[in-house]
Amino acid sequence: MKKPLTHITIVGFVMFALLFGSTSWVQFVTADSLNNNQLNNRRILDQLARDRGPILVDGTPIAYSEPVDDKYKFQRKYGSEGLDPRAYAAITGYYSVVSGASGMERASGEYLSGDSDALFYDKVGSLFTGEQPRGAAVELTVDPKVQKAAWDGLGDQNGAAVAIEPKTGKILAMASTPGWDPNALASHDSEKARSAFDTLEGAEGKPAYNRAIGGNLYPPGSTFKVLVAAAALESGDYTPDSTLNGPASLDLPQTTSTIGNSHPGACRNGGKPSLAQSLAESCNTSFASLGMDLGEDAIREQAEKFGFGQDLEVPLKVTPSSFPDDLNPPQLAQSSLGQFEVRSTPMQMAMMTAGIANGGKMMQPQLVDRVLNANTLEPISETRPKEKSRPISGDTADELTSMMEGVVTDGTASVAKMGDTKVAAKTGTAQHASGAAPHAWFISFAPADDPKIAVAVVVENGGNAGNEAYGATVAGPIAKNMMEAVVEE
Amino acid sequence: MSANVAEVVRPRPYRLAELGLLILAIAVATSAYALVGLGVEGTIPANVYQYGAWLAVLGLIIHVVVWWKAKYADPVLVPIAVLLNGLGLAMIYRVDLGRSEYLNSSLTQLIWMTLGVGLAIAVILVVRDHRWLRRYTFVSGFAALLFLLLPLIPGLGKTINGARIWIGVGSMSFQPGEIAKILLAIFFAGYLVSYRDQLVAAGPKILGIRFPRLRDFGPIIIAWVASVGILVFEKDLGTSLLFFGLFVAMLYVATSKVSWIILGLGFFSVGAVAATFLFSHVNQRVSGWLGALTAEEYNKTPGGSYQLVQGLFGMSNGGLIGTGFGEGRPNMVPYAESDFIYASFGEEIGMAGLFVILLCYLIIFQRGIRTAQQLRDGFGTLLATGLSFTIALQVFVVVGGVTRLIPLTGLTTPFLAQGGSSLVANWMIIGLLLRISDNARRPVEDFHTGVLRVTEDPEERTASARDSGDRNDTARIEDEDAPTTNFAATRNGAADSDETPTTNLGTTGGER
Repeated sequence: MKKPLTHITIVGFVMFALLFGSTSWVQFVTADSLNNNQLNNRRILDQLARDRGPILVDGTPIAYSEPVDDKYKFQRKYGSEGLDPRAYAAITGYYSVVSGASGMERASGEYLSGDSDALFYDKVGSLFTGEQPRGAAVELTVDPKVQKAAWDGLGDQNGAAVAIEPKTGKILAMASTPGWDPNALASHDSEKARSAFDTLEGAEGKPAYNRAIGGNLYPPGSTFKVLVAAAALESGDYTPDSTLNGPASLDLPQTTSTIGNSHPGACRNGGKPSLAQSLAESCNTSFASLGMDLGEDAIREQAEKFGFGQDLEVPLKVTPSSFPDDLNPPQLAQSSLGQFEVRSTPMQMAMMTAGIANGGKMMQPQLVDRVLNANTLEPISETRPKEKSRPISGDTADELTSMMEGVVTDGTASVAKMGDTKVAAKTGTAQHASGAAPHAWFISFAPADDPKIAVAVVVENGGNAGNEAYGATVAGPIAKNMMEAVVEE
Repeated sequence: MSANVAEVVRPRPYRLAELGLLILAIAVATSAYALVGLGVEGTIPANVYQYGAWLAVLGLIIHVVVWWKAKYADPVLVPIAVLLNGLGLAMIYRVDLGRSEYLNSSLTQLIWMTLGVGLAIAVILVVRDHRWLRRYTFVSGFAALLFLLLPLIPGLGKTINGARIWIGVGSMSFQPGEIAKILLAIFFAGYLVSYRDQLVAAGPKILGIRFPRLRDFGPIIIAWVASVGILVFEKDLGTSLLFFGLFVAMLYVATSKVSWIILGLGFFSVGAVAATFLFSHVNQRVSGWLGALTAEEYNKTPGGSYQLVQGLFGMSNGGLIGTGFGEGRPNMVPYAESDFIYASFGEEIGMAGLFVILLCYLIIFQRGIRTAQQLRDGFGTLLATGLSFTIALQVFVVVGGVTRLIPLTGLTTPFLAQGGSSLVANWMIIGLLLRISDNARRPVEDFHTGVLRVTEDPEERTASARDSGDRNDTARIEDEDAPTTNFAATRNGAADSDETPTTNLGTTGGER
């Protein structure tokens, strides 16, 4: 029996050799790829259990992690004294043990969790100093006063507001209503967290949409006339004083339908308003005929220069705004008034406004101001202002600025007058469905001679004013309060 | 090496070595337990002293019994079993702490361990000479069959996770298959040692392979078909595989017939492929193994690869040195305390820790085989081979399944996994191996001349006097063994078979 016994021994040893091999294979050779496998939920749990860095607004945490005594070790919390978590939900997003992350929690996730390669030296440093390694702090560009003005102004109306610092592209405010409380989703009780998520997704008014940068987008209405005016000026064939055709009613070619003005009768100057006058009183007929004269391509080109149709990350992903294709003349006429199938985000309209305010230089919008070491608050990286594009010349920008000032001093946006401060603005009242109240729009910047803030506000379905809504009356006061939060400092 | 009686060196008992290793094992196991508390709760568990004391008492009792009744037994078996058992307890405690409700399952397991150690001691005390078991060859065979059939009895049998291999009385459940494993090894050993000559020599020759006569092979076939058949019926693939491997290995050692092994493996392959197509639970295991990392298999319920893949993720998370006790997430893997305890260890003590565990099993296997090689009788050789190969094969099937080397089957990791029946059975195997290794290494003068009986024990003398058949039986074993060439072959350098016992001693002694 000796020989077979030796063989059995060999078989046994081979079996053990295979086990040593398979164990090494799992724990060493393929360990990295297993750790990074898409199905591997441990990675998420590991991140959840880490001391995640805070999201700061003007030095105060709007999102932060607190040590707790459970398996996740840290509880994510939102809001601070004076910072309503609901007002910031559109920016922070949520951080959930069951639903992952959204908003800045997702977009800046690598910094907050400490995974980013940019934090490498910082991490090495903490090895020597013995500090508890933790995620980095992300400081936002948001100005809490502007954000509060936007949030309070929107109130219980559905809508969105964005404010940008024209010279730097810093996003000073981004609000979307209805708001929601990310704290409910951050619950460590997975049942509660899941039901909070389902509530958020299923709720009426779709709070989960960040209306400032996504959602279903809005027809920009008359605020789009600024863009058409820009196209006209850029073409070289028009000046602010060029005379346009602004009758009480404009017959559209190829159809029996007509375009009328929002006020009865012809536009200024006996139906022959200048370009500047057309903008001031938001003359539909003159802009419709101007649009048809300029042509589809010229308007689309101008729109694209302002950012329409482009992907954008601030670092939140902004849904591209769009200008339709293959338009017949009546559709082109409608589109020139920001109707038909023109769709835009408040972010896009704010960018355009900021570009005009900044003398034709459109800056890259930024939400992250600085990334800081969460322990020492020493900056790890700082976001520098970056020019995104030059959609219009400096001359055109100057001309548009004074035309938009005229809208405030002598037109539909008088609501935005701010004492001695020069304000440039444009109103919009966008029809979007028959029978539904129009969306109220307002874009503006101030001071017009030294712009510190550019704003775009939209209030859905006329907000509380309903069918009586005009951009000026519903969205205007919100924009004004936001501007005042900066300008009256 | 040639040796004569004068040069015989008495083998050293190595009892103090056992004691030293045992203390080390208890210290490691107790530290693991303390580290679990420290890692999970932040404090050393309050009952760590009682726990360590309990382990120490169990270990010392069996140590003393071995010293007293099996002085020449292999000195590493007890420490390794205590170490593995202790580590298992620590991990069971750790998984328990990770649960939302604390089940105190480590205490239950400790009670089972106590029972297991008690039974191992009983084995050492009752079975004074392993050859005594040979008288119960057929009794063991029938008992094994009975044990395997128990779960099929309505009212008594319980189906847990699709496998009907449990019997339940009240809230207690037990896997009789674990005990049947030992009984089958005894049966196979006793039967094969008696009939191997007939099996090999007589019978028709087909295609160059000599097949045994049906009447010689019949009982083996019946035992095998019955055990495997019942297990397929009871839907426990792992145990079926284990019994089959045990059977083939012992048959091969008894007969040296490679052709039968090839035949056996052929049968098994055909059976495995057929089972894959015929039984949905086998099919699930195979597809969950092949496509483990696909989302489709991962998300499939029931079946699918979720458990396997979670285990792999846990192990890869552990990496080379592990997360440390209490720092991983073993609870994410279903059955982290039983079927997947290997993955739990992989996560928290890493590849390094798993290598130590594998090494422990390898040592048990190697010591068992070494004992088989040293033995003077065929029955003991076969039994020691069977028992140690069972442990090796069981480890292979479980760990291979968990590490995705082979399809996953439901078997417990010996000594580590939570589960009373398996623990008790494995302690009984240790008891048997201790007894057999004691016989293998004990100097002949301790047996005295004539019949191989220990005469220093007065009880023994009266027992053998009372039962004269016992003597004959013992003598018969020797007679049967003599012509098998086993002896001559094992005794390297032995010129003639007359010297057999002495030479054997010399060999053993020289190796020590």
